[in-house]
Amino acid sequence: MTTTKKDRVDALASTSANKADDSGVSLAASAWRRLRRNPVFMLGAVLVALFVLVALFAPLLAQHDPGERMLADQVVKARNEIPPAQAGHPLGGDLQGRDLLSRLLIGSQQTLMVGVLATFLGLIGGLVLGTLAGALGGWVDSLVMRAVDVMLSIPSLLLAVSVGVLFSPPNVYTVIVAVAIVQVPIFARLLRGSMLAQRHSDHVLAARSLGVKPAAIVFRHMLPNSLGPVIVQSTLVLAVAIIDAAALSFLGLGNPDDSIPEWGQMLGTSQQVFDSHPNLAFWPAGCIIVVALGFTLMGEALREALDPKNRR
Amino acid sequence: MLRFTVRRLIQLVGVVAVLSLLLFAWLRSLPGGPVSALLGERGTEESRARLTAELGLDQPVITQYFKFIGRALSGDFGTSTGVQPGTPAMDIFLERFPATLELSIFAIVLAVAFGIPLGYLAAKRRGGWLDNVGVVGSLVGVAVPVFFLAFLLKYVFAVNLQWLPSYGRQADALEATRVTGFFVLDGLLTQEWDAAWDAFVHLLLPGVALATIPFAVIFRITRAAVLDVLDEDYVRTAESKGLTLQTIRTRHVVRNAMLPVVTTIGLQTGALLAGAVLTEKVFAYPGLGEALAISFERRDYPVLQMVILMAALVYVVINLVVDLSYALIDPRIRTR
Repeated sequence: MTTTKKDRVDALASTSANKADDSGVSLAASAWRRLRRNPVFMLGAVLVALFVLVALFAPLLAQHDPGERMLADQVVKARNEIPPAQAGHPLGGDLQGRDLLSRLLIGSQQTLMVGVLATFLGLIGGLVLGTLAGALGGWVDSLVMRAVDVMLSIPSLLLAVSVGVLFSPPNVYTVIVAVAIVQVPIFARLLRGSMLAQRHSDHVLAARSLGVKPAAIVFRHMLPNSLGPVIVQSTLVLAVAIIDAAALSFLGLGNPDDSIPEWGQMLGTSQQVFDSHPNLAFWPAGCIIVVALGFTLMGEALREALDPKNRR
Repeated sequence: MLRFTVRRLIQLVGVVAVLSLLLFAWLRSLPGGPVSALLGERGTEESRARLTAELGLDQPVITQYFKFIGRALSGDFGTSTGVQPGTPAMDIFLERFPATLELSIFAIVLAVAFGIPLGYLAAKRRGGWLDNVGVVGSLVGVAVPVFFLAFLLKYVFAVNLQWLPSYGRQADALEATRVTGFFVLDGLLTQEWDAAWDAFVHLLLPGVALATIPFAVIFRITRAAVLDVLDEDYVRTAESKGLTLQTIRTRHVVRNAMLPVVTTIGLQTGALLAGAVLTEKVFAYPGLGEALAISFERRDYPVLQMVILMAALVYVVINLVVDLSYALIDPRIRTR
């Protein structure tokens, strides 16, 4: 989304690189100690936990089938009327007479899936590229990094839509792929940076002189030590992925099948009637903002906690 | 500095070369392939056959690639099929680019004018109310989908309050004289004050919507950079030397803190086109972003590929300028 990408990524990579430990407590342990007292992190964690809980128990919470046009008789196209709030339907219905509250509740599931899968895919792609580049170095590194530079040379949303437009007709998985691809170069840069920084660090040198196999050094020693910034980035990407999916829907590149609701899709498609029925946009937008804020708060707090400079 | 510049230029050539390869592959995988992409669905059998031969689609892929490069270099992206049917895509670019540039400049000026001073103040009074409100606000700002914010602004200020226009660049009734393609500037140059004012008023809502994310990012980077610098030994040294607060601020703090901020401004400027797609669509602002948004809906591939290529090029060039200006400000970069 935003593009201090290079900077942010490099800064993250460098913070994890030199974990000079002087207190005798692992970075993770001291980070957790600080996180527990951090209201920003706690607020973010509560919002995210709430979101996940709603998604898990959505079928129990939702009173109606999100795909059933049970209020269809109250939709009057000619007068631009949609079902108002009423008993049993506290938020009213949508343009097709489906219960809005049930759609929001069930929508949390697909939204969570889009966010998690997109982040996961981006992470896997970045992990493979970044590990290759950082562990092997040399021409592999140059090749991978040029490819990453090229991907970063297109503003992220434009990259997502360029990928999205290739799929006709789109569905929820093409949306996920389009959103995920944008994240690949970011993760790759991040991992490569922290891997490179570790290549000459003491623990890798020690492992090498003990005769540990190169593959084991990479996977058992270097990779686990690079995960801190990757976790931070994943948290932030989850927020971005959900927002980007909404933007794709708004541009007409989202999943056209809305029998299974998703917040980004609900928001994107409700924009055509924003002036007459702003509530159709407000609810999904509110959900997205709260969840994105939750992930962002968590990510920012984690980043600060994992930064060795902040260890006191 | 010269060696650094040359090295960066060579890298740039590499990136653009790979980029063109990707674009070529992308163009070929668009639904329907390059012939449909260039002709759209309107092409007759005859024109399709002619274009297939003309594009040399029967020739080896390598030859096709170089032909694609040749056409792109000569600015030939085919004829628009959906945005302004019948107009060459390049003409659409030339007509709409100033509109997007005007909007982007306005947005980035807004973001910088508010982001830097507020970020500086927030850092100086760390933990104060301005700092807390600013940090929370910048986090919320990033969490709000840009197009939703745009709709919200339009709904409140244009539809309900009717203070500001809700779409377009300028009222047609004004029949303003066109000179540069920048409507505000045009109005000032021709001394048609009402035209300049009207164009400016049209910029306000989309400009504010577009500026939120750059503002949030610039605010946070400025705040973090100033905080970092305030902790530095040389600031303490300067204080203990007895320099006035004013001197320390301008000569030591601000100057050093500006390094990351400059980079951020550049990168954010380059990324504005992505946000412009969303904002311009909401406000029917006739720029490149709107053209791109329409080209998705109507599957106007010539316009689509033209805008994507231009956006990537602009972004790459801005990145280069940022790198160079960074090296200019901070000599340590050059030797890396």
